[in-house]
Amino acid sequence: MEIAVQASTSELTLGPVLFNWEPERWRDFYFRIADEAPVATVYLGEVICFKRAPLFDDYLDAVAARLKAAGKTVVRSTLAEVMSKQERKMIDNVCAEQTMVEANDGSALLRLRGRPHHAGPFINVYNERTLAVLAGNGVCNACLPPEMPASAIRALSPEAAKIGVTLEVQVFGRIGLALSARCYHARAHGRTKDTCQFICNVDADGMTLRTIEDKPFLTVNGIQTLSHDYLNLVGELAELQDMGVTRFRLSPHSCDMVAVATTFRDALDRRIDVNEAAGRLDACKLDAPFSNGFYYGKPGHRWSPAVGAN
Amino acid sequence: MSEAQSFHQQDYQRPELVCPAGTPAASRAAVDAGADAVYCGLQNETNARNFPGLNFTVPEVEQSLAYAHARKAKLLLAVNTFPPAGKFDLWRDAIDGAAKLGVDAVIVADMGVADYAARTHPDLRLHLSVQAGASSPEAIRFYCEQFGVKRVVLPRMLTVAEIAELHSQIPCEIEAFIFGNIGMMAEGRCSLSSYVTGASTNMDGVCSPAADVHYEEDAARNLTTRLGEYVIDCFAGGESAGYPTICKGRYLCGVQNDPYYAFEEPVSLNLSALLPDLMRAGVTALKIEGRQRSRAYVKSVVGAFRKAVDDIMAGREAAFASLLALTEGRRETEGAFPSKRWR
Repeated sequence: MEIAVQASTSELTLGPVLFNWEPERWRDFYFRIADEAPVATVYLGEVICFKRAPLFDDYLDAVAARLKAAGKTVVRSTLAEVMSKQERKMIDNVCAEQTMVEANDGSALLRLRGRPHHAGPFINVYNERTLAVLAGNGVCNACLPPEMPASAIRALSPEAAKIGVTLEVQVFGRIGLALSARCYHARAHGRTKDTCQFICNVDADGMTLRTIEDKPFLTVNGIQTLSHDYLNLVGELAELQDMGVTRFRLSPHSCDMVAVATTFRDALDRRIDVNEAAGRLDACKLDAPFSNGFYYGKPGHRWSPAVGAN
Repeated sequence: MSEAQSFHQQDYQRPELVCPAGTPAASRAAVDAGADAVYCGLQNETNARNFPGLNFTVPEVEQSLAYAHARKAKLLLAVNTFPPAGKFDLWRDAIDGAAKLGVDAVIVADMGVADYAARTHPDLRLHLSVQAGASSPEAIRFYCEQFGVKRVVLPRMLTVAEIAELHSQIPCEIEAFIFGNIGMMAEGRCSLSSYVTGASTNMDGVCSPAADVHYEEDAARNLTTRLGEYVIDCFAGGESAGYPTICKGRYLCGVQNDPYYAFEEPVSLNLSALLPDLMRAGVTALKIEGRQRSRAYVKSVVGAFRKAVDDIMAGREAAFASLLALTEGRRETEGAFPSKRWR
């Protein structure tokens, strides 16, 4: 019985597409998610680069409508780094929409004060006091920074429950590690952010940086630097559920995200065990290994099999 | 009439020179060399320069504060990391200690720490650390309205023109970095060190900890620098080797067949030539990076900038040649500050 209760309160969510996909590919990706993926909430919107946002604007309404028609909750995500007039305008526009919004920087936190909203993974929510400040402003869900170890999530969770904030943890996909004012895609191609000609669209899952020894290391996505590895906490889902985490985020990639979502949903519902889930994710044939080091308070790129799994 | 003279005649407020102190000795050196304020941290995770052999005990903060105040200088305490849940007490104690000692301000980044300080010690002056990553007027206003922040330390990503515009749109003072190590990633939003070593910049105040650094020299005297399991750079015999910081390493990618600085060349920030522009842009405080630097370094840099600011205020041309020798690898940059082309 306990398992059934846990399963019913666990929500699978899909984070925003972080990469610069062709607009039609972007649209079709979400149409398929709407039709086939067992995710309850979908975060929508450009969070990395204001220059990309207009590329998707034509399809935004259709995508949101299709997702809602399929019974998904749509949350609008805001830009993670905001400096320029255009970026500030984007924040104003998204925050003016009559939808739930996930804030990813301080300017969105200001704009959203006084109404229910989410704190995204780019907001530094590391402790209960920060969470309480944000809850006082209307934050009802916080997606934690990916480097948070299990020990801190465990300590934060009961405090979050007391103030009625749900906690969300990324469980799949490359890990966002850093942001910069400079575009590293443009730099690699001998351009600058202003003259980039959207060169980031050649890398559907980001551009791999290798060490001088030719070992894959990091992934460049415009101004963002991500891990090379794919975070995979499928073996830690049960423990996260026990801690009181109720929302589990998949970060989109070019692999079969319907298969990924189905695997995580089945694992959350205990329809499959950890070994079966791991096998199914291996079958997705990703271009990099899995990691879960941050969860265990170790270097983030490390991988340890979950306790209890073979 | 020179630009400096016309600037002087506009009678701008004299900017505060805010200087780094990794040790009590460096703090005294900075004050003696003309610092208007020194900033320092405690010997633990509560500050973003939590390195072995660096930082202050509480009695050392007290002594340094007395030394600074006796010479009309201020002392600011950096409590600018992010306490993970379950460990908040350490940051709470740092804030309580700062209030008890009467430091001139605490430099905070975490919203929870700022909230604790504002509610528990309403008279304690709050500066918003660069680690808070507040880079827009709205983000800065959020911290001002929420916690009563009196000054923001700006991220090193804005141009001088953008700083000038920002000045009219926020209700607090501006502090800007003018010299020292330039991190390429947005401050307070970087987990690269944590990804490689397990030690977090945000939670532990550590970046590229020495314990994870390895140097390997081959027979041809080529030097490979490593952080954890990853090669950060490789230097030919005789080439001067930099400390292996991830954002300053050389890497390979699909369109670069030779190792290249994927993020930034190993350069230091030096805005000495832009000082009059920064002062005109409304910057209240000029910040020098380098709490990990020696007392001698602090003395030289602070002395040079003291003279430069005084020269500019007096309408004289400022000279900075001596500073170049102190920049990392003798290469310097004005970073993002002159124009958007840097991005």
